Amino acid sequence: MSVLARDTYTVFARAMRMSLRNPAWLVISLMQPILYIVLFGPLLEPLSGQLGSGNAYQLFVPGILVQLGIFGALFVGFGLIAEYRAGVIESQRVTPASRTALLLGRVLRDVVVLLVQGTLLVLVSIPLGLRAPVLGVLLTLVVIAVLGAAFASISYALALTLKSEDAFAPLLNAFVLPILLLSGILLPMTLAPGWLQAVSDVNPLKHVVSGTRAFFDGDYGSATAWWGAALTVALGVLGWAFGVRRFRAESS
Amino acid sequence: MIHARGLARTFRKKKQEVRAVDGVDLDVDAGEIVGFLGPNGAGKTTTLRMLTTLLAPTSGTATVAGCDLVADPVGVRRRIGYVSQSGSTAPEARAGEEVVDHARLYGISTADATARGKQLFRELDLDGLWERQPRAMSGGQRRRLDIALGLVHVPELVFLDEPTTGLDPQARANLWQHIRGLREERGTTVFLTTHYLDEADALCDRILVIDHGAIVASGTPDELKSQVGGDVLTVTASRDDEAAPIARLVDGLVGAESAVVSGRQVVGRVPHGGSALVQLVRELDAAGLVVAGIESRRPSLDDVFLGLTGRSLREEGAPAPEGVPA
Ligand SMILES: Nc1ncnc2c1ncn2[C@@H]1O[C@H](COP(=O)(O)OP(=O)(O)OP(=O)(O)O)[C@@H](O)[C@H]1O
Ligand SMILES: [Mg+2]
Repeated sequence: MSVLARDTYTVFARAMRMSLRNPAWLVISLMQPILYIVLFGPLLEPLSGQLGSGNAYQLFVPGILVQLGIFGALFVGFGLIAEYRAGVIESQRVTPASRTALLLGRVLRDVVVLLVQGTLLVLVSIPLGLRAPVLGVLLTLVVIAVLGAAFASISYALALTLKSEDAFAPLLNAFVLPILLLSGILLPMTLAPGWLQAVSDVNPLKHVVSGTRAFFDGDYGSATAWWGAALTVALGVLGWAFGVRRFRAESS
Repeated sequence: MIHARGLARTFRKKKQEVRAVDGVDLDVDAGEIVGFLGPNGAGKTTTLRMLTTLLAPTSGTATVAGCDLVADPVGVRRRIGYVSQSGSTAPEARAGEEVVDHARLYGISTADATARGKQLFRELDLDGLWERQPRAMSGGQRRRLDIALGLVHVPELVFLDEPTTGLDPQARANLWQHIRGLREERGTTVFLTTHYLDEADALCDRILVIDHGAIVASGTPDELKSQVGGDVLTVTASRDDEAAPIARLVDGLVGAESAVVSGRQVVGRVPHGGSALVQLVRELDAAGLVVAGIESRRPSLDDVFLGLTGRSLREEGAPAPEGVPA
């Protein structure tokens, strides 16, 4: 086993063990997707004709999956700040472990959590009326994993830079709300007036959401689908580069 | 084992520059136990964080355990252990897991790490705490857990930043024993910071005194004490307004250096404490001054520190508490 893989596994196993040991975290993480589907899904059902899709859940589930991927991941930095304060980060940095492994192990934990949440969300939606091709769902989960890794890296990098919840929380809020509103996650942007659609067009996440909706509709060959996938990969590369850069840099 | 030249680090905080470490040269040989002594904010932790690759120096060079700090930080990390001043474990982890995970990051197998960790727990009096969460451990137990983490991979050089802070006298003596044992059994080199002069005195082969980011003295505890020269005479006046006349009498003693008054306490230095004491008692009597206490003693490291920096180490720059011999 290569050193990078070994160190990554050590960091991953530690992070996973600590997460699983926290019952409150466990319950909230599993309840969150279920609540979205059960409490928000029914609101969309009467609208489905208007939205142009045969099935409200086919439209709604990809959006919620993307939202999970982004917002769940963006908040992981809070945990890192707590670890930093306890001295865990410094005590890991003084070991010969690769800096990449210190980040990758944590990000992998976040991706695994996300995939479990996402799978659960899809399964819960089926009895409520979700009909989508298996391949489309699987491709969407891959997109979500990459997206989650990107945003978790960004979150860790920002947390390591700011090192304080008081600075981190407002920064997240400043980003999260506009991204959410301009992504078409909750309702498709096709419902929006022209100017709002134009603004949302520059938000890469809108295209990611559209791409996953195309996957759920089985339009694998469509430009929308692959444009969304390509943007996801680009976000993954950028987010990862930012995270690695911060983890390699000296602390202060 | 450590060779540093001109090591310096400047922090910038909102246009304000702090030269935390300002050109430190130091050499530590293999197998030495070296104490790094200095008041709060002197630059001890900053120096240690540079030597352990956690912080890049603003200028200067160093080789640590045979590896260049900048060119081969991974080589340095492989060979050293570090116990930070402020803790190293997650409150909701389990003590034993933290030790094993830490060792795993040095490439040690889980089985070896567990065996070595459990042995350290026994030696550091942490028996029965393997499964305990650090948040449910006492401050002193947590401190010893930090030390176990720093030693679990059997490094050839360890940096301990105030290892005994928060330990009761028994735990402290036990840790001293452990540190001496590391050197005797494995030839481990130890570089530790401390505020406790008795600790530096009892444990260290050599002491470096740092103040305002620069090393102001170095030597064995005895060498440093002999630099002070003579004996320390302490007189405690029974009334505040009598301290000044007593100080004048102390100054008048043969070979005396100027006495320092703080509150009712007058501290002076004389070449021969015994004869000076006899003379001083006679003169106090003749002047009709009644004193609350009077003593002559050999200089301590605190006196060395006072002489070098103009501050006492004991209360972070405040005068020594009254009536307590150093
Ligand atoms: N990350 C930082 N940013 C800005 N200033 C810092 C930082 N770390 C240390 N300093 C400053 O550098 C100086 C030296 O600090 P350092 O922690 O090295 O002192 P120390 O000798 O370890 O003190 P103590 O005995 O209190 O532990 C202090 O003035 C401190 O305020
Ligand atoms: Mg310090």
